[in-house]
Amino acid sequence: MTQAQVLASAIPEQTVWAERVSWIDRVPRWLSMLALLIGFLIVWQIVYLIELVSPIILPSPLETIEDLFVVGRNLLTGDYMLMALWITTQEVLLGFVIAVVLGFGLGVLVGETAFGEKAVMPYLVAINTMPKVAFAPLFVSWLGFGIASKVALAAFIAFFPVIVGTAAGLHAADQNARMLFKTMGASRWQTLVQLKLPIGMPHFFSGLKNAAVLVVVGAVVGEFLGGGKGFGELIRVAAAQLNTPRVFSLIIYLSLLGLATFWIVAWAQRRFVFWHKESVTEETLAQ
Amino acid sequence: MAVLSMAGEAVAPVGLMGRPVYELRGVSKTFAKRNVRALDKVDLALREGTFSSIIGPSGCGKSTLLKIMAGLQPPSSGSVVLEGKPVMGPRRDIGMMFQQATLFPWRTTLENIVLPIEIRDGKAAARAKHDQARQLLDLVGLQGFENVYPSELSGGMAQRAAICRMLITEPAVLLLDEPFSALDELSRDFMNMELQRICLERNATTFLVTHSIPEAVILSDVVYVMSPRPGRFIEAITVDLPRPRTLDMMTDPRFGGLVHRIRSHLDKGAFQ
Repeated sequence: MTQAQVLASAIPEQTVWAERVSWIDRVPRWLSMLALLIGFLIVWQIVYLIELVSPIILPSPLETIEDLFVVGRNLLTGDYMLMALWITTQEVLLGFVIAVVLGFGLGVLVGETAFGEKAVMPYLVAINTMPKVAFAPLFVSWLGFGIASKVALAAFIAFFPVIVGTAAGLHAADQNARMLFKTMGASRWQTLVQLKLPIGMPHFFSGLKNAAVLVVVGAVVGEFLGGGKGFGELIRVAAAQLNTPRVFSLIIYLSLLGLATFWIVAWAQRRFVFWHKESVTEETLAQ
Repeated sequence: MAVLSMAGEAVAPVGLMGRPVYELRGVSKTFAKRNVRALDKVDLALREGTFSSIIGPSGCGKSTLLKIMAGLQPPSSGSVVLEGKPVMGPRRDIGMMFQQATLFPWRTTLENIVLPIEIRDGKAAARAKHDQARQLLDLVGLQGFENVYPSELSGGMAQRAAICRMLITEPAVLLLDEPFSALDELSRDFMNMELQRICLERNATTFLVTHSIPEAVILSDVVYVMSPRPGRFIEAITVDLPRPRTLDMMTDPRFGGLVHRIRSHLDKGAFQ
């Protein structure tokens, strides 16, 4: 026997072993989401059947799904619910635009100028700590029971994250990049437009995502407190009539509105900040 | 034999003729706020087509000196003159490069390279420089990457693009602040040889700040050794290894002697 043969026989030919993979890693995302939803509905149905909670307060999932179809039909036939949804959508969009314009302007003031940072920022922080919902009656008395007071509250609740996102974004450029722009003799305006704003875009957009969610909250709370003909009013009326399945299904349709605004912002971010790849977790946690 | 010229207040080493491009006389810097004297009187003359390095311990005022030379900071005393004109701020004939490539991810490689032109002369002028930028990409070996975004470039490739961006304004002097120290050692050696090739091809006047003694020696005609704070030149060492240098020269006894000489200066400084 040669030495090579001895060596070859001394060790086994293969030491392949299976790497452990958690079962959840093998399940596709949609399936795990669906499974969780079904599990939730089953628990809900059980709670309903053993009457853990009074049926007046908690409808069964089946009732809720049934009502989802009722409301859906009403929306599709262009009935009064569609009108209500359209009013709320207008409030949300107008509120969002105002929040973005105002928030961006103030964000640049705070993030770019020493005056803004020293004099304006403390007041903005003070305003942000106020319970903004408490301003709702004030907006109603100023702007009436129409759409304007809801838009104002929605914008008021949503604009602060845009300020924070913009200002944080303007501070995102590192020392190297700033020095590089200095060596190129860039003016303050050039540095702002060519360096600080583009680098700050991811921060700006996470501010926008926060705002997209808050603006729906603002519009609906405005409708709760200031009447009008929006979706919030439908919810309020349904709740007053103890029509809980209706409340649930209206909330679900309303959340679609919030999802849509969020999705539009996320789409715009992918389109305009193509160089910044956000992970799914990051995107979800950004809310 | 290497010619080693001793210099108390660094005297420009003999044997290096050529027109002085960048001259500093009695330049010092004191930070009034913290009452720190960062830089003692420094005299320096960079001659056309030469490569000079500055080496010294951390906090010896190297970066301060470089910022003064780049026109990013005024000196507290002394004069700073490039091509006969005093440096009173950033200038297009000063090219600069940092440890980080700092390419902007929303611009293609080509757009990054013409950025200095766009900032100084506007978009139209930048577009007119696209051909020249492509030639520079050829020069640094990045041909075909002009429309690629920086996220697809490796560290070494990004620094090559940064070299192009520095060269696009056709600067009279190149100021390099540890340009390859973020790269791994193999890439770094390779990029240093590339840097030498580019500098020789363009007859560039180059000033390098580095922490690496072998890097300083293999690249430079003159190595200035700096003392700790307040920074001043202890010695200007002429490196007379022939050009073009190769990495093999690092095993040359002359190379070892120079490295040893610089190291002994820095070791002394460290234990002061």
